[in-house]
Amino acid sequence: MQTILTVTNLTKKFGYLTAVKDLSFTIEKGNVYGILGPNGSGKSTTLGIILNVVNRTSGNFSWFDGNTSTHDALKKVGAIIERPNFYPYMTAVQNLKLVCKIKEVPETKIQEKLELVGLWERKDSKFKTFSLGMKQRLAIASALLNDPEILILDEPTNGLDPQGIHQIRQIIKKIASEGTTILLASHLLDEVEKVCSHVVILRKGEKLYSGPVDGMMASHGFFELRAGDMEELKALLEKNVSFGKVETFNGTLTAYLKEEMDAEALNKFLYDKGIVLSHLVKRKESLEEQFLNLTNNK
Amino acid sequence: MVRLLQIEFIKLWNNRASRILITSYFVLLTSIALIAAIKFDIGPVQFHLADQGIFNFPYIWHFNTWVAAIFKLFLAIVIVSMMANEYSNKTIKQNLIDGLSKKEFILSKFLTVISFALISTVFVFITSIILGLIYSDYNEISIIFSDLEFLPAFFVKLVGFFSFCLFLGMLVKRSAFALGFLILWTILEQAIFGILGWKVMSWPAAKRVKDFFPLESMMNLIKEPGSRLSAVQNIGDQIGENFRFDYHTYWYEFVIVIFWTALFIYLSYALLKKRDL
Repeated sequence: MQTILTVTNLTKKFGYLTAVKDLSFTIEKGNVYGILGPNGSGKSTTLGIILNVVNRTSGNFSWFDGNTSTHDALKKVGAIIERPNFYPYMTAVQNLKLVCKIKEVPETKIQEKLELVGLWERKDSKFKTFSLGMKQRLAIASALLNDPEILILDEPTNGLDPQGIHQIRQIIKKIASEGTTILLASHLLDEVEKVCSHVVILRKGEKLYSGPVDGMMASHGFFELRAGDMEELKALLEKNVSFGKVETFNGTLTAYLKEEMDAEALNKFLYDKGIVLSHLVKRKESLEEQFLNLTNNK
Repeated sequence: MVRLLQIEFIKLWNNRASRILITSYFVLLTSIALIAAIKFDIGPVQFHLADQGIFNFPYIWHFNTWVAAIFKLFLAIVIVSMMANEYSNKTIKQNLIDGLSKKEFILSKFLTVISFALISTVFVFITSIILGLIYSDYNEISIIFSDLEFLPAFFVKLVGFFSFCLFLGMLVKRSAFALGFLILWTILEQAIFGILGWKVMSWPAAKRVKDFFPLESMMNLIKEPGSRLSAVQNIGDQIGENFRFDYHTYWYEFVIVIFWTALFIYLSYALLKKRDL
């Protein structure tokens, strides 16, 4: 697997405050990564450092094979951080032409990218006349001008209305489906859950977890069950070694698995014991539940 | 290098305020020629400024570069705001993220400054040579091209002054405050000179120290030309004052300004490098 970014022991201090503490992770080509963390957990600072706008206190990072200078590497990266920043007095096309000059790519892609984000009809409008959603979409178009190896997005849906959020997500999904590596920083978990395959979780500048979304917790999921005789069901499950915690809430019994078991096996087991289920659902914890578990426990 | 200039050109030329200021600056530079039109006709007294010898070669080089340097304030506004706007629009951050290195960023601004100074110098050269050929009393080639040192002096003076503006824009990040700081600095140089001469050392020594101050050293490159006019000197002789000062520009005066220019550009770069955006 080709490595795009390696971060080792990165630390950033703002005076007495440590924004990022001894952070290490790698980003491989082709995956969609999420950086998750509450507000102020160091997501934007980390991105700022790897994007050459924030100075690191200690530690290292290297782009691609490690032999490219950061600013040259950034020409192969597309990134938007926080707010879309363009020259307000210039039109969409003029702004993109400027970005082409900076990235040293031909201007031929401008139309294609503006069409991708649905701004081609507004290409000659000044940036300052754009709504926030349009600004954000222009930023995405600008980040894609060089057909980047990796697209870095910092809270791309922040402050948008539901329609704007939907549009941005559609665009991200489309880009991801074309095989572009994406690094998405967000505190919106459903957003990350919907598009990311890997996550890095931060809290107060420290890494809590990095790896595939599925492996985030050593969890085998849980069953939601209902039956005629809830008492006996509960007693039976508590005796079974495959189950950990068993609790009843609102007439539904939730049983957490300690080891792998599929719904069919459980159904058969209970039926053999004489319990007929009226409701059986096997679920994994949502990313939100897992995230809250992780960030609260430590 | 061309790429960096193109980048800066796109930024400047698409901004209406800068476009108007730059155009007016060059129109004003050309309008030095209008001084030739100054004529008083009061009965028996006929006064035609162009006939007073101000357009004589080689004096015209001195006079025109001195007058042209007054207009540099227009470009100063453009340069301060071109730097400060990058901060207020946060585009400096986006530029760096898009793959411009910090060195390239400063270099693109500095190259713009050099271009402005160079174009201004060429402008002044052309206007002066045309005016001179029309009004000068002496038209021998050797006289026309004597005292040309005022042109490089003009160029270095502009580069130095604009670099100072660039640095102020970088330091203060707000165009209005940076321009205010520029005015404050002008006063400060005089104030320090005053204090030095009054309390610390003798006045001639204070004057020598003052020559090392950034704005003062830029001013010294082209000294005031008015007292060099024969009319003025005649009056001076009559009232017993000697107005025959030294008008020439010396190599060490160039060195001082070039030193300040280098320092301002380096400090801008150091600031950008150190700052978290």
